[in-house]
Amino acid sequence: MKIAVCIKQVPGTTDIKIDPETNTLVRQGIENIINPFDSYAVEEGVRIKEGLDADDKYKGESEVIAVTMGPPQAEEMLKEAVASGVDRIVLLSDRAFAGADTWATSTTLAMAVDKLEDVKLVIFGKQTLDGDTGQVGPEFAQRMNIPFIGYVSEIMGISAKKIKVKRLAEDRYEIFEIRLPAAISVIKDINTPRVPSLRGKMKAKSAEVLVWTASELGADKDEVGLSGSYTQVVKIFTPKMVYDVSMIEGTPEEQVEELFKNLKNLNIVS
Amino acid sequence: MEIKVNESTCTGCSLCRGVCLYDAIEIKEGKAVIGETCVFCGACVESCKFESIEIIGLDTEEKDFSDYRGAWVYLEAHGNKLADVGLELLSEGRKLADNLKVPLTGIAIGSGIEKNAMIAFQYGMDKLYIIDDPIFENNIDDIFSKALVQLISKHKPEIFLAGATSFGRTLAPKVAAILKTGLTADCTGLAIDDEKKILLQTRPTFGGNILATIITRNARPQMATVRPHVMEKIKTARDTGGISGDVIKIEIDPENFKTKYKMLGTETEKGEKINITDYEVIVSGGRGLGGGEKFELLKELAGTLSGVVGASRAAVDSGWISYPHQVGQTGKTVNPKIYIACGISGAIQHLAGMQTSDIIIAINKDPNAPIFKVANYGIVGDLFEIIPMLIKRIKEGKPLV
Amino acid sequence: MHYLLTEEQKMIVDICRQIVDERIKPVRAELDEKAEFPWEIIKEIAKSDLFRLFIPEEYEGMGTGIFEVCLATEELSRGDLSVATSFAASGLGLIPINAVGNDEQKKRFLPRLASGEKLAAFGLTEAEAGSDVGAIRTTAVKDGDYYILNGTKQWITNGGEADIYTIFAMTNPEKGARGASAIIVEKGTPGFEFGKKEDKMGIRASATRELIFTDCRVPAENLLGREGMGFIIAMKTFNESRPAVGAQAVGVAQGALEEALEYSKVRKQFGAPISSFQAIQHMLADMATSVEAARSLVYYTARVIDSEDKNASRLSAMSKLFASDMAMKVTTDAVQILAGYGYMKEYPVEKMMRDAKITQIYEGTNQIQRNVIALDMIKRGVIQAPRKQVFK
Repeated sequence: MKIAVCIKQVPGTTDIKIDPETNTLVRQGIENIINPFDSYAVEEGVRIKEGLDADDKYKGESEVIAVTMGPPQAEEMLKEAVASGVDRIVLLSDRAFAGADTWATSTTLAMAVDKLEDVKLVIFGKQTLDGDTGQVGPEFAQRMNIPFIGYVSEIMGISAKKIKVKRLAEDRYEIFEIRLPAAISVIKDINTPRVPSLRGKMKAKSAEVLVWTASELGADKDEVGLSGSYTQVVKIFTPKMVYDVSMIEGTPEEQVEELFKNLKNLNIVS
Repeated sequence: MEIKVNESTCTGCSLCRGVCLYDAIEIKEGKAVIGETCVFCGACVESCKFESIEIIGLDTEEKDFSDYRGAWVYLEAHGNKLADVGLELLSEGRKLADNLKVPLTGIAIGSGIEKNAMIAFQYGMDKLYIIDDPIFENNIDDIFSKALVQLISKHKPEIFLAGATSFGRTLAPKVAAILKTGLTADCTGLAIDDEKKILLQTRPTFGGNILATIITRNARPQMATVRPHVMEKIKTARDTGGISGDVIKIEIDPENFKTKYKMLGTETEKGEKINITDYEVIVSGGRGLGGGEKFELLKELAGTLSGVVGASRAAVDSGWISYPHQVGQTGKTVNPKIYIACGISGAIQHLAGMQTSDIIIAINKDPNAPIFKVANYGIVGDLFEIIPMLIKRIKEGKPLV
Repeated sequence: MHYLLTEEQKMIVDICRQIVDERIKPVRAELDEKAEFPWEIIKEIAKSDLFRLFIPEEYEGMGTGIFEVCLATEELSRGDLSVATSFAASGLGLIPINAVGNDEQKKRFLPRLASGEKLAAFGLTEAEAGSDVGAIRTTAVKDGDYYILNGTKQWITNGGEADIYTIFAMTNPEKGARGASAIIVEKGTPGFEFGKKEDKMGIRASATRELIFTDCRVPAENLLGREGMGFIIAMKTFNESRPAVGAQAVGVAQGALEEALEYSKVRKQFGAPISSFQAIQHMLADMATSVEAARSLVYYTARVIDSEDKNASRLSAMSKLFASDMAMKVTTDAVQILAGYGYMKEYPVEKMMRDAKITQIYEGTNQIQRNVIALDMIKRGVIQAPRKQVFK
């Protein structure tokens, strides 16, 4: 079974502030990391493959392919995915892809998954650290005209034709069964990503990255990147958060009494 | 499409470099050079005092959307009751509708919701579409999106709002993708641009440390989702009870709404339904708790305040409490009235999930804990001393000093 | 501080660090308190291929050397010595199989040890035979195609958790030192039972148990090498394993040093962080220097063993001796720097101090190490007399 995992490289910290004096952004040596939710997606993809390989009926027929749309430095993240058990890695890299909103991103990823042919399951992380919309998964699925279940916390069963999952709704878990091909997004409850193995890391070092440009995907310039986006950022700014901390001093009894008074003033207690 | 720096007017002042989040700008030989990691967000274009940066090649031909009119709000239902978020959006939608001088319409889809949906008129709605049929008993996105798409295609609203709940965050993107229009998620601010009369959608990125204002270009409706409790529910001076305003019931043929998703059942976590985003008071515990049993103490405090227990990632990862309670970047984002952080240091990833709470109270042994920087009230102390005392003070009503 | 490492060695360090940060640190205090064997962590270590470091390529290992084993052991020790001991003790238990086992035995046992699905243990020590290994009384009497084992081993690391035990027993008691043999016994063999788990001062999550043999019938094919080779096999094993004990000591000391440094920067007294006081600075400097010196000796020893002198007994003893004495001092100093807080279980250094003590004791007490070093010097001079060159 071909399983594709869509991952994204994001800045390692969201600790981005504006220097009040110069009014410019203070970028603290931001290193790039794999979007944390995507680590769970990769791990789940590899686990599904391992599960299928352990079953005589499906042994040796599965493959996990990690795909990312990003700049050349995203190659490093793809190689790390190999260390975690991914078989093939694909980088979608082209100036034309830049400025993409979630729709254009979904379009580009859909073209890539199409080109991979015969992918039965596509796994996404719940959302990214920088965008955190969680939209690419469902939009991608719509584009591919396949079912999508988000917030998957457990894969309860998978066969050649179907998948059974448990997803986290606001206040309960729901159990669904859908036909393949399908797409899902996963939450961190689903697994604990493995520490890469030594052999995996060595394999990753010499792993080959397949790089696809817009023309290789057969993409029209108008379909991808900012040109292919339906939304556009017109302004960015930092929120004006004024933090005025009142430290409550005194003995523990005095502190609790003061806190209680504040809670009373806020009508939280009577 | 390209981004160009006009070298004759560029002074190399590096103001643009300072605002670039993607590290794409360098100053070479006194001029700004924009590199490969540029994502065309336009921040530098805005920032340049000399107007030396330009994004070109973007089709500026604006399509004519004059036949799209009206502000619509999706009224999400849980069971046969309307969720609060829909009502909050109606209150917000009312302001937008008034500005644009268009009607505000709500859409409710479910099974047996007709009666309960009427309450929406109290929140400023002019018109209500109802689709009430047993096939819509469970919130399943393919049939719901099909219904919405049909309605939207027929009636062409210019704005469509939905709640950014776990259902909404799957439903809205599907609808947007089928309609081929733009969708902005998790907006914290909605406004109308006075000149162009388009929807300005403001949302947080980078965990809330940066806000971005977004517009929908060349597509309609302009879709946006908003998280629960971000907007306020405001009752208008309309009469309560009875039908008030237009109600249109849509009949559907269930044969056309067969879902591909087979729902096999539901499970609750140890019999408790925990949706921490629903509560006005959250008492949260972190590494400082030291163990799962210690959360019973927070549960007791939360109980006295009609609240719920939350947790930091450290506590959940240590197995002290389950994931639905996790607040933070990889957990839930909450906006309660009161957030009490106990034994939580206040790492960026946690703050991203709760810093918009109305009042933040922090209790921590470490005076240098970052949580104190965002708190409204801070107590440096031992939570195992403070919390029991607070519980006692609340329950017994006797002053301690 | 790791310099001059190859890419592969850096990968080993990275993997171990990730395991320490993500899997070990969050649970080490609890494992210590409950004295619970760290199976989950061992499984992660196994999945990361680290057990393959002990084993040659032909038997599904990575075919790396003692140096790589020392690197991994050191890094894991930085996190928790119990975990590192459980890891290293499996290595100890299989070195005899690697060294003198025949192909059939290696094929039978090594692959499962390489994958980490099974652990090994080394069974030599007895109640009356600690430093005096010659005094072991467990017997192995040949009976047709079997050896019948009788006796009790004491304080065996991984006892009860391991599946594969290299046991040293007297096959010919009348021959004294030449009468001992090494034989592999698998858990579950009838007549092989375990005593209670010992309640220890340190490395509490590591399992230490008695091995009790009562008319235990072991297939003769499990004999390693030939009858009478027992003590030679044991000594050979220690030569290879002692630098790894040195690595454990370096790791636990490094961990303690890091905690002490961080604390000293944060703890303020008299209006200043204590790291600004010369008394503390000098302690930190001495600690760091001795950790580095011990590391150098351990690495050097490992490299020598891997490249030319498989029998570097003097260096092995020196690396174990120096590093463990150093670790005891450094961990004690770390507690001192954290002072009152250091004494509390809430902070990790008191555990590191309790853990470090064992490195001065097992795999040959430091008194025995000194004997080994002195006797070797007396025999071969300070500059070791070269072995006779053979010209072809």
